[in-house]
Amino acid sequence: MREIMVRAMYCEMLGYDASFTYIHAIKLAQQGGVLEKRVGYLAVSLFLNEGHELLLLLVNTVLKDLQSTNLIEVCMALTVVAQVFPKDMIPAVLPLVEDKLSHPKEIIRRKAVLALYKFYLIAPNQVQHIHAKFCKALSDKDPGVMASSLHIYLQLIRSPDSYKDLTGSFVTILKQVLGGKLPVDFNYHSVPAPWLQIQLLRILSLLGKEDQSTSELMYEVLDESLRRAEMNHNITYAILYECVKAVYTIHPKAELLEKAARCIGNFVLSPKINLKYLGLKALTYVVQHDAKLALQHQMTIIECLDHSDFTIKRETLELLFRITNAQNVTVIVEKMLDFLRSCNDEHTIIHLIGKVAELAEKYPFNKPEFMNTLLPMKYNSWFIQTMNDVFSIGGDLLQQDDPNNFLRLLAEGSESKEEDDQLRLYAVESYLTVLKGHTSHLPQCFLQVMSWVLGEYAHLQESVDRREVIRLLTQLLDQRSVSSETRVWILSALTKIPEGQTDLILDLAESLSSSQDTVLRQQAQELRHLSQDSQLREFKPVAVVCVFSSQVDSSLSFLDGFVSEALAAGAAPYKPPHQRQEELCEDRALNLEPYSFSLPVSLSSCSITDRQSPTLLSVSSGLSGNSAELSQKAGSSTLILEGVKRVWGKDGYLPQKEATAPPVDEPSAAVQPASQQEAAERIEPRPEPSTQNQDKQQLASSLFVGLGVGSSVSLLGKSEAPPPRFRKKPRPHESSSSSGTSKRSSDSSSRSSRNTTDSFLYGSFPEEEPATSISTFDHTPKSTTANGLSQNKDTKEDRHANTSQILGGDMVIVRPSTIQDKHPPSVSSDLTALLPADLKDLPHSDVISLTSDPSLSLSSCRLFRDEALLLVIFISNCTETVIKDVAVQLTLKHKHQQMTLKNFFLLQVFEFMRLILMNSILSVTHRPLVVTTEEYGKLWLSLSHDVKQNLKLLTDAGDPLRTTLNALKDALQLHVVDIIGSEGIVACRLLSGAPCLLHCRVNGAALAMWLRSPHPALPDFILYHCQRALAHH
Amino acid sequence: MIKFLLMVNKQGQTRLSRYYEQVELGKRASLEADVVRGCLARRKEECSFVEFKDYKLVYRQYAALFIVVGITENENELSIYELVHNFVEVLDKYFSRVIMFSLDKVHIILDEMILNGHIVETNKTRILAPLLALDKMAES
Repeated sequence: MREIMVRAMYCEMLGYDASFTYIHAIKLAQQGGVLEKRVGYLAVSLFLNEGHELLLLLVNTVLKDLQSTNLIEVCMALTVVAQVFPKDMIPAVLPLVEDKLSHPKEIIRRKAVLALYKFYLIAPNQVQHIHAKFCKALSDKDPGVMASSLHIYLQLIRSPDSYKDLTGSFVTILKQVLGGKLPVDFNYHSVPAPWLQIQLLRILSLLGKEDQSTSELMYEVLDESLRRAEMNHNITYAILYECVKAVYTIHPKAELLEKAARCIGNFVLSPKINLKYLGLKALTYVVQHDAKLALQHQMTIIECLDHSDFTIKRETLELLFRITNAQNVTVIVEKMLDFLRSCNDEHTIIHLIGKVAELAEKYPFNKPEFMNTLLPMKYNSWFIQTMNDVFSIGGDLLQQDDPNNFLRLLAEGSESKEEDDQLRLYAVESYLTVLKGHTSHLPQCFLQVMSWVLGEYAHLQESVDRREVIRLLTQLLDQRSVSSETRVWILSALTKIPEGQTDLILDLAESLSSSQDTVLRQQAQELRHLSQDSQLREFKPVAVVCVFSSQVDSSLSFLDGFVSEALAAGAAPYKPPHQRQEELCEDRALNLEPYSFSLPVSLSSCSITDRQSPTLLSVSSGLSGNSAELSQKAGSSTLILEGVKRVWGKDGYLPQKEATAPPVDEPSAAVQPASQQEAAERIEPRPEPSTQNQDKQQLASSLFVGLGVGSSVSLLGKSEAPPPRFRKKPRPHESSSSSGTSKRSSDSSSRSSRNTTDSFLYGSFPEEEPATSISTFDHTPKSTTANGLSQNKDTKEDRHANTSQILGGDMVIVRPSTIQDKHPPSVSSDLTALLPADLKDLPHSDVISLTSDPSLSLSSCRLFRDEALLLVIFISNCTETVIKDVAVQLTLKHKHQQMTLKNFFLLQVFEFMRLILMNSILSVTHRPLVVTTEEYGKLWLSLSHDVKQNLKLLTDAGDPLRTTLNALKDALQLHVVDIIGSEGIVACRLLSGAPCLLHCRVNGAALAMWLRSPHPALPDFILYHCQRALAHH
Repeated sequence: MIKFLLMVNKQGQTRLSRYYEQVELGKRASLEADVVRGCLARRKEECSFVEFKDYKLVYRQYAALFIVVGITENENELSIYELVHNFVEVLDKYFSRVIMFSLDKVHIILDEMILNGHIVETNKTRILAPLLALDKMAES
């Protein structure tokens, strides 16, 4: 059987399906002798992958073997658990595996740790509780167990914060390894446990990243590690490489960096090709941190660029990509394109072409620097030419992003319109030239780009006949190789080319109207109509602009009018499905008796869909009818819509700040790197023909310009180090959710207003902090008038009159008698009982009455906090009437602060100082709202913020609901709209007009209260008052 | 991370394959063919690392046998290169210079060294310990 299983494995390996043997593999693992068992397990791990259902049959075997007394069986079971094990069955074996962590045999402990590692990988939360055991494994006396626990830590430390304290342990372990404390059989070619060292170095670099104090712990051991690795063997270089990476990842230390840089030198200058490769890779990593390092090795880099080895070449290009700056971009891009032309590996092309496009797009607009490069070229032509190359080489392998970004760049342009037009003009010219040539080999995506540009910008080019453009584009249409998608692009380009030439267009439309492709046929029809109807055509430019500037309006605000109309016509407002569901359920429970206002929900929501859908349809069809161009553009608009936002970071293509750097003349730029080369050559002299050498030096100077060290040509310094890669990425999220952002900002503004309120109320007393400005109070001419006397204008309110009229202009001004008053009249101190809970326990001064008049009284109290002195001002309303605005002017020695409490403002104060205000200080902020049941029903549906809670029901009377509601009505000035059976509806409103509706239902001994209001805080507020009122009752 | 390990002869026939990442059976053959083509085409003086799709190959030749390891970008190529040698040394030690190719044993050895794409043991004595114990039990 064992032999047969091995053959089955062989079959699978050769690619033949041997699934019929899977079950036998499991059987073999269950029944066989030791060797058979092992082969059975092996076959299982080879044949079955994690989700396979047959694995469940293995669980029992594994369990049995884990409990076996035979070490070898336990060992096998642990191995297979660490390879494949069904995720759901982990709890079954977990305790057994945990037990094995304290097994006397090291191999069992080691395998148990590895099995746990596997569990961690597939189901991290199931092993969360045994992190302490990992720690124990780390400090195991056997190095093998310790080493296997490192795998877990390498995973865990990817979020390093909670493991910083282990740094010391890792450093110690590495030190011991370096010091040769491990048994000799861990050595590999007399290097102590090299793979373990590599693992440790990785862990350390993760830990030390951006953390100075942790990094300091490891400087010493890294230094030692660098020193130890002088032996000339591959594996020491592998360690060195890891070490260099670590040195450059952690918080930098100059001395170490220097040593690491020297190591890299050894790598790249090595005659061994593998080391050279690794050196380049290290350099690629390192130049991200310090671009100057590339300078030291420029000649080597140049050589590698021309190396016969594909891998080396590619790695070099990767390195060059990282050191690109505005000055060497032309050369580097050229090198990359050269490479791409000779390359035929699909993956490499996709990878590199994206980078070329990224580079070309990153630097096209910093002209001033551009002119300084050694290969002065008109940057427009260079950019377009490069992109042409990108498109023709990359062709249809390109990611959709690249052409899109390019077109966006063209469309959005930079600051200056003139420059943009020049660029566009050049693009048009160059494309016309391309199209005049042989076009059949061009990739579709290039054709699409060209047709879009021609359609959009051909009019910029005065000298070219429109007919010529149209002819060229039409020619494309006739080609067989052109895909139908591209045809759509071309047609939409043709629609964009302005009037005249009706005959050509008509011909074209005619020929296409019999096309098999319906999309094309439709476009052709549209084209024909457009060219015949001049009125429609004039309409078009507007539409173009529209398409261009349109954004995805996720809030669908353009439907608002429609919605409000529908609402006015009696339709129910839209509700999210879950809410609807909820209400439907409720309705079912309620509908035993007719209930006029909540019943319509289901009905009207049905009717609204009925009524709405036809209207909606007609609206949309009207839309498409009105703007035929809009739909015509569909092809191009998919692209343009993305390009609506200015995705490019400003400095991505605008002249950079460094542009002000003094223009560098060629010689000095050339001289500097040349001296560098001399240095490089002194290290390793090369007998090369001088002309070739000169070429290389030329190349070097052009490649490394801008990376200059030292004083002479530090043009750009470090700031020119490769910019973060994310810059290029478009940000569709931001563009599409502008409404979201605005909401957020308004959120934050409201929060900030609250904060300022807080800071006023508890603002530290003397000059602790500068006055945060609330400058909304700009109409206070009277505030400085009376001297000590309060002016009291008539604030009597007519409850039924329009309140805002009265409250608009009138104001009570209370001037305090000066605070420094020696003997302030002490007020009954129970005011302090009204302090908010978080301030209650603070030591406080007596409450001092500042001033009072018939309508308002002010008192204050100082609170002593650790870090600040707080001033609490109590504002009490002495009258029965309502005060709308309160202006408090605080004069604190030299500070002058003012604040206004508007009505809604007060509400926030309420939230904050509920206790103070509760005691009818500013007695009532809301008024009953007199509505009919029907109005209530409508209003109810339109409100959004709701709160539900059960309240105490007053049960002392015959009709508890009525009693309770009446009690609330008396206490809180509510309007009881209606009481039907066990339910009642109540309404009130804020003085500002915001209503709050209460829906009460007797639910056993409790009152289920459901509040709704447009104001987010109001339901809570009212609910609180209700609770209190009922409690007091 | 190690994605797979292949042993291929000069004729391009697979002698052993072990995948640490799920690859469909049907795709393995074509992947192996591509890999072998990529490696066999290279000359002696070129470096032992090849870019392959979005990952890298590290290969090493022993007489007529190629060992190819597919690794991710973040892995240290040279350490893998040496790991291959370590592996071969272990095989050498166990089969004492005569590679009597028995698939199962090589797999068992490999399982001791690499697990889930990570290097878990490089100590030769320890790698061989379970297998030797197994052999002993089978004999008795």
